[in-house]
Amino acid sequence: MLIGKSDKIKSSEITPETAYLNRRQFMGRSATLGAGAIAGATAGLGASTAAQAGLQSDDTITPERIITSYNNFYEFGTDKGDPVKYAHELSTDPWSVKVSGEAKKTGEFAYEDIIKGLTAEERVYRFRCVEAWSMVVPWMGIPLKAILDQFEPTGDARYVEFKTLYRPSEMRGQKAVFSTIDWPYVEGLRMDEANHPLAIMAVGLYGKELPNQNGAPWRLMVPWKYGFKTVKSIVSIRFTERMPKNTWHLLAPHEYGFYANVNPTVPHPRWSQASERRLPSSIFEPNRRPTLPFNGYADEVAHLYSGMDLNKYY
Amino acid sequence: MWLGWLVYLEIQETGSGLGADPREGMVHYLGVWAIRMLLLAFSVTPIRRLLSQPLLARCRRLVGLYAFAYVALHVTAYTVLYIEFDWGLLLEDFVERSFITAGMAAFTCLLLMAATSTRGWQRRLRHNWRRLHKLVYLAVLLAIVHLVWLTKDDYADSVYYAVWFAVLLGERAYRRVKPAR
Repeated sequence: MLIGKSDKIKSSEITPETAYLNRRQFMGRSATLGAGAIAGATAGLGASTAAQAGLQSDDTITPERIITSYNNFYEFGTDKGDPVKYAHELSTDPWSVKVSGEAKKTGEFAYEDIIKGLTAEERVYRFRCVEAWSMVVPWMGIPLKAILDQFEPTGDARYVEFKTLYRPSEMRGQKAVFSTIDWPYVEGLRMDEANHPLAIMAVGLYGKELPNQNGAPWRLMVPWKYGFKTVKSIVSIRFTERMPKNTWHLLAPHEYGFYANVNPTVPHPRWSQASERRLPSSIFEPNRRPTLPFNGYADEVAHLYSGMDLNKYY
Repeated sequence: MWLGWLVYLEIQETGSGLGADPREGMVHYLGVWAIRMLLLAFSVTPIRRLLSQPLLARCRRLVGLYAFAYVALHVTAYTVLYIEFDWGLLLEDFVERSFITAGMAAFTCLLLMAATSTRGWQRRLRHNWRRLHKLVYLAVLLAIVHLVWLTKDDYADSVYYAVWFAVLLGERAYRRVKPAR
């Protein structure tokens, strides 16, 4: 699965040394953990550098401290500092996932059993939030297709829907009185999007297990879409014939669509999407840069949408 | 003062004082305090009546101008840090983003009030001064609308401020209908 093109730089040229040191640590940990949550992650590391798609030469990896302390995870509160403060209240072990809908193998599965035998690879992706800020994140992830294929989706499966855990006792944002979100958080993809090699389930970050505030134990990562598509702490996977109703679309249909592909030419009612602030920025230097169609992954994914009016299907 | 400390931390190490997106953090911080100070200024008269402290009337202008300082800093931070003096973008925001329109309208009301807050203007405008300064009702309402419209979810803050505003309005309405003793 070689996606990177020869003219594009390898991640080794942009990954800071510390990340590599951490990666070794990750390998060590997962080896000792054995059948733990990130089992199977060790084998893929060597080959991972080839799997980087579309990184620009001026993309520098965002510091770990920023990635793990500036999060939109409304299950823990609407302030971006809330998740890092309160996500430790969530217990992710044991973690069970319900698989349902148009597939041959459905039912309740233990998370460990789903990822057993699958290989986590390092994927350094740009991450673009609909709020016009962005980061560059070194994920550890498993190709989504490899995960979904295990359940043998049938020909009727045209979409796949994901749900975040609903557990107000450990996710205080779900108890907020004046919240208008109808929990649990729902997102979805078309099957051809889900099967695209760039789509992964992220199980790790910076060479370590995924922190709770980033969506432990696993979260979706589709780098050509706005961040709100990448549903966190997933407990339900449903294959369906009909387009799922995603949470933000239900809340504000004229603001958020189903596709949510990064698109600088379609402004959001709240934010111009023409440019973005690459974090961390500073007061003196906003680190503003133009936003690229499909977040810079157009070569890889634009064909999925050929013939579609992206102004209409935003 | 607190903001000054946060800015200091920020300069020491990026992302420490105002978060990973300090420009957003700064605009947001000033906005929160602008609306709180505005409501405080709007509370001075009812508190004066409640405590029968006529001396409080003197600090109404002071509190009001403090509130305006926060508002002005909030608008300045938005213009300098967000818009970066790109007037085309400002126009786009003003026309297409209704929460910006509401915020700008509130700012305009308050600007008129602050500009005419001196004794000289009070004398020059005579009874029109009182009428002009009734704009505060509109300004606070618009500020709350601005907040509601920009909120994506969890309207707790909006509700607290709206309730506070409603109580203050209620007090004034009650004073009007209550037969004079």
